This record gives sequence, structure tokens and C-alpha cells, in this order.
Amino acid sequence: MLKTVLLQSAILSTPIDFYILLSAVLFTIGVVGVMYRRNAIVIFACVELMLNAVNLLLVAFSSYHSDASAQVFVFFIMAVAAAEVAVGLAILSMIYRNLKSIDIDVLSKLKH
Amino acid sequence: MIKLIGLIPLFPLIGFVINGFFGKKMGKGLSGAIASIAILASFCVAVGVFMEVNASATKTHVVDLFSWINADTLKIPFSFLVDPLSSIFLLIITGIGFLIHIYSIGYMHHDEGFSRFFTYLNLFVFFMLLLVLGNNYLIMFVGWEGVGLCSYLLIGFWFKNTEYNNAAKKAFVMNRIGDLGFLLGIILIFFTYGSITYGDVFSKAHTGSSTVITAIALLLFVGAMGKSAQIPLYTWLPDAMAGPTPVSALIHAATMVTAGIYMVVRSNIFYTSSEDASTIVAIIGAATALMSAIIGCVQTDIKKVLAYSTVSQLGLMFLALGVGAFSTAVFHVTTHAFFKALLFLGAGSVIHAMSGEQDIRKMGGLKKALPITYLTMGLATLAISGIFPFSGFFSKDEILAFAYEENKALWFVGSITSLLTAFYMFRMFFLTFHTSFRGTEEQKHHLHESPKSMTIPLIILAVLSVAGGLLGIPAAFHGSNWISGYLNPIIIHKNPSTLSHETEFMLMGIATAVALVAIYTAYNVYQKSKVLPASSEKEMRPFERFAYHKFKVDEFYAFTITRPLDLFSKALHKFFDNQLVDGFVEGVGVVVKWLSGVVRQLQTGNIGFYIFSMVLGIVAIIFWSILK
Repeated sequence: MLKTVLLQSAILSTPIDFYILLSAVLFTIGVVGVMYRRNAIVIFACVELMLNAVNLLLVAFSSYHSDASAQVFVFFIMAVAAAEVAVGLAILSMIYRNLKSIDIDVLSKLKH
Repeated sequence: MIKLIGLIPLFPLIGFVINGFFGKKMGKGLSGAIASIAILASFCVAVGVFMEVNASATKTHVVDLFSWINADTLKIPFSFLVDPLSSIFLLIITGIGFLIHIYSIGYMHHDEGFSRFFTYLNLFVFFMLLLVLGNNYLIMFVGWEGVGLCSYLLIGFWFKNTEYNNAAKKAFVMNRIGDLGFLLGIILIFFTYGSITYGDVFSKAHTGSSTVITAIALLLFVGAMGKSAQIPLYTWLPDAMAGPTPVSALIHAATMVTAGIYMVVRSNIFYTSSEDASTIVAIIGAATALMSAIIGCVQTDIKKVLAYSTVSQLGLMFLALGVGAFSTAVFHVTTHAFFKALLFLGAGSVIHAMSGEQDIRKMGGLKKALPITYLTMGLATLAISGIFPFSGFFSKDEILAFAYEENKALWFVGSITSLLTAFYMFRMFFLTFHTSFRGTEEQKHHLHESPKSMTIPLIILAVLSVAGGLLGIPAAFHGSNWISGYLNPIIIHKNPSTLSHETEFMLMGIATAVALVAIYTAYNVYQKSKVLPASSEKEMRPFERFAYHKFKVDEFYAFTITRPLDLFSKALHKFFDNQLVDGFVEGVGVVVKWLSGVVRQLQTGNIGFYIFSMVLGIVAIIFWSILK
């Protein structure tokens, strides 16, 4: 109980601007990674980075507002992200088996 | 018994469902039996209902079944009305319907569509019962449309023949024209009186202005014109003979075509309140009666003769309605149902024996081979010709007496019609049954009396045709005219008959003399001198040829209505459809094709590019929402 209170005060002692800034930086790294990397696995990791940046922000706001509903939301995002990764990695492994590559520029067969 | 009124239409409906779903698997015997038993059950209930109505002091009973339509001011319960008028029609429909069902078992025995036939027939009886039982115009309209549908299905019963299908379509379209008038009439009634339930409307009927009442009466009459085959919508009925003969007997002689009479009698208050409307009804009735009687005199197809005779008799009934003799019209409906059903069934028996031949020029001398048919048809022919004491004599003379009182010209037309009726009926009778056989050897060999299932209905109907007059023996014969008294509570009388008994006897004498002259002429020409109707059109005199071609009415309609409509729709097709609509539709296609050609340049297949544009889009949205 005491520990929780201590932790809470530690979190609150950091200004919220820092959390927002960190999330923004992480999110931007994710966006830029998705846009400029060609390796599909890295793109995946970047997507996860974006999701977690959002999660971080949600949790921070939740603490500052003493409202737990955002944390519940975070759990949902994690669950969906896990499911998405499972499906996505399966697709990627199939692509690799067929094309011997996971470079996304190879995947342009649907054009025209 | 009146509480059980719901059963009357229910039995045929059950028969229809059973036959419709399982008829083919059940086999012919069971299929026919179920259909007939359903009608017999209805008939039994109808008899009970009739007894109760006859015995009870209050003649009108309303039986509420359930609330049907309930929308703001429009409240229509699904309720049945049992009164003298509907109880008489119930007896005619179920009674004659049952006899014709029995007859059909024999007549349709060789047909592959046996169970389909009985399915339609039961459905028809159901709708017909709904029509006469409904307590408001909407239920009547549902029945009205339903019998029209069944009529269409049964005329086109042998649907492999294009001509029969065309006849069915013609009947349907002609009826639709009338139905439109009927529907407009119902809407006008609702707007004027705020209700379409008979009781409410009739009690408030006098509150409408005379113009509105005339409009309602005429619109309803347009509906009756279609269903009951009056000028100008009568041409479908002779063509409707394409259907199997029992259908002609049940639908196109005894029941459905009298629906128009029923509707006018039901709404009689509108016609007694509007002098103009009833004059028009009388004139159209008389014109139809005369015109179709003339055409009937030169037809050579046995069923066509009877069809024109039906149109003519319906015309007489409308003449009666027009001169305010509503109960007499119902009386004639009843007797006509007896003898015309009998005539059609007899004709069916003849056609059956002749292996499908319908041309009376190729018959002759059938009385030896078909004794029962000969005898029963002979009685029916006497009845329709109005010979004392057969049923037709009483009903027809009553009509003529009322017409005489109202207007001498109408009486004269009616008398000419009955002269022609007696003539063409005996012409048909002599040509079919007397003189010598004119068909092929093969047909002669095949000649046989019909099976019992066909002859027994003939005999029962013959008894009814002979004795049907007992329903309305006029006061001049010291009778009580039961049917007129029975219907009295629901009919608004314009003025009581003031005709003296001497005048009545004189009119009867004239009518009988006229009929006898006609019969003697027919006997002289077709029996004694053995004259045959011209075998080809070239031998006909000009007027005869004109009448043989039904006064070219069909051609006239084709020229004045069908052809302009055809040309109009062709023009519309050319300009509106081909250019405007097609141009628009094709234009949309061209634009989409061009646009997609441009837009698909964006689809590079490069995932990086897609993601880049997605992010760009998100950024744009964010900026837009911040700046807003």
C-alpha cells in the first residue's frame, strides 16, 4: 500500500509534459520507421512502437486524472496488438517461404 | 351457426393449401375428393347460416374476426356481414360450386393438371366467399382481386397454348381497368364518409352531395363493368371460354361475373340516390344485353354462344339494377346461376363426348347418344328462354315488368333481347341435338354419355332450373315473392311498384308469345329446313359477317387504344429509353472509366508509398481539425 502511494507520488512528481514529449518522440520514431524501412519485421516493430507510445500516454493521463478507465483501455490495446502480431508474423513467414525475402518492395504484384 | 361463419371461407382455403402442396403426390381421387368435401362442408355451414338468418328477426349480423388495419383515422376490422343478400350468394357459390367440383372430377379426369385445377378452383371459391362476406369495401376488394387472379389462372389453365394465355391476359387487363374504377370509388367513399364499413357508409350516405354520390355510384359501376362484362369492358368474357368448361360454368357464368351485381345491390343506396347513375346503369345494361344477344345469334362455337348469352343475361340484370329492381336482379342472378351453369356443364358433356369438338356445325343428332345431357339441357334452354313455368320465366318477366314501369324503351330493348335469347338458344339446341350427325366417323364411334359424376350434377341443376322460379312467384300468381321480401331489409326502394296485375299478365303474355315465335322460327330454320350456319365467311350476308366478327369491337379497341398506346410506348422507347436513359447510364459508365484510369496511377504497388500517403492523410486530418 505504501509502495503504491510512493510510486504514485514519484510519477506525479514528474511533469506531464515529459510524458507527452516522450510519447511524441516514440510515436514519431515509429512513424518514420514505418515509412522509411523496407524490412517488414522492422516495420512491424515500429507499429508496435507507435502503439506503445499511445499506451504510455494513456497510462500517464490516467494517473494524473486518477481515473482507471484509460488503463483498462491499454489492456485492450495490448491484447489486440498481440493478436495482430500473431497474425502478421504468420503472414510474414508465409511471404518469406514463398519469396525468400521480406522486403516490402518485392510485394508489388497487385499493381494494375 | 352465424358464429361459425369464419368456417365458410376457411374450408376452401384448407382445401387449397392441401391440394396446392400435396395434390400431385396424393393422386387424382384423393385430390378431387378433398376439394369437393371442402366445398361441401362450406355449403353445410352456409345452409345453417341461411336458416338462422331466415328465422331470426334481425336480418343483419356482423361477425368481428380480428382487427385488420388500424392507422390513425383508418380503422378496418376484418369482419363478416351476414344478411339476406350475402346468405343467398353463399348458397349459390358453395352449392353450385360443389356440384361443379363433382362434375370436374369426371370432366378433368384425363388431364395431367388435375390437382392444380382443384387447387385453383378451391382458391377461387375462397376468394369469392370473402368477396360476398366482407363487412367493408376493402375485404370485398380483396376478394374481388382474388377471383380475378383465379379467373386468370383458370382461363390460362392449359398454358401451353399461346392463344389461351392471351385470353387470360386479356381478361386480367380488362378487369384491371374496372378494378381501378372500383378502387377510386372506395377511396372516394372513404374521403366522403370517413369509413368504408357498409353500416357506417350507408347510414351516412345521404349526407354526401348529389355530385359525389353520382361519382361514387359511377366509379363502383366501372368496377362492375369489368367484372360483370358490360360494355365497354365485356370483350374478355367470350375469350375466357379458353378455360376448361367447368371453369366457364362456375366462374364465367354462375358466380364471379355476378360479383358486379352483388356490389351494386350492396351499394344500392347510392344508386337509388342518384337518378343519373342508375339511368346510365340501365342504358349500358340494355345495350350490352341487346348487342351480345345479336352476336350470340351467329356464333358457331357452342361455348361462345353461351358466353354471349351470359353477357346478355348480365346486361339484363344491370337493366334491372338500373330501374331500381335490386331484389329482382338477385333473383335473376340465382336462376341464371342454375340454368347457365347447367347449360355450360351440358355443353361440357357434349364437348367431352365429341372429343373436344366445339363447333355446333359439326354436331347434330346427339340426343340419342347423350339422353341425359339432351334432356337436362333442354330444360335449361326452356328456362333461359323464359317459358312458363321454368325459373327463367319468373325472373326475366319481373325484370321486364320493372323496366316497363320505368321506361317503355328499356322494356322494348329487353323484350327484343329475350326474343333473340330464345332464338339463339334453340338454334344451338337444335343444331347440337337434333337433325343428323355431321361430325367424322371417328367421332361418331366415340360418342358416349358422360360418367355419373358428370350427369348427376346436371340432373340436380336441371331440377333447380325448373323449380328455381318458386323463389319469387309474383303476386299476380298469388305468390308471395319470397326472395323480394327476404331481401327487403337491405334494399332502399325508390317507389313501390304500381303495376296492376292485368298489365303484368299482359307483359307476361307478350314475353311468352315473343319467346314462342323465336322458338318456332328456330325450329323452322334449323330443324325443319335443316339450314346450317354458313361454313365460311364468304357465304355470310354482310350484317351476319359483321356480327360474326363480334361487330369488330376487338379490332376497334386494337385500333383506337392498343395501337396508339403501342406507338406511344415505341416512341417513348426510342427517344426516352434509348437516348435519355441509356445516354445517362452509359455516360456514368464513361465518366467512371475515365476517372479510374486517372486515379489508378496512384496504385503503384509500393507499400512504402501507401504508408507514406496514409501518414500524410492523418497529418492533414489532424491539422484540419486543429485549425478548425
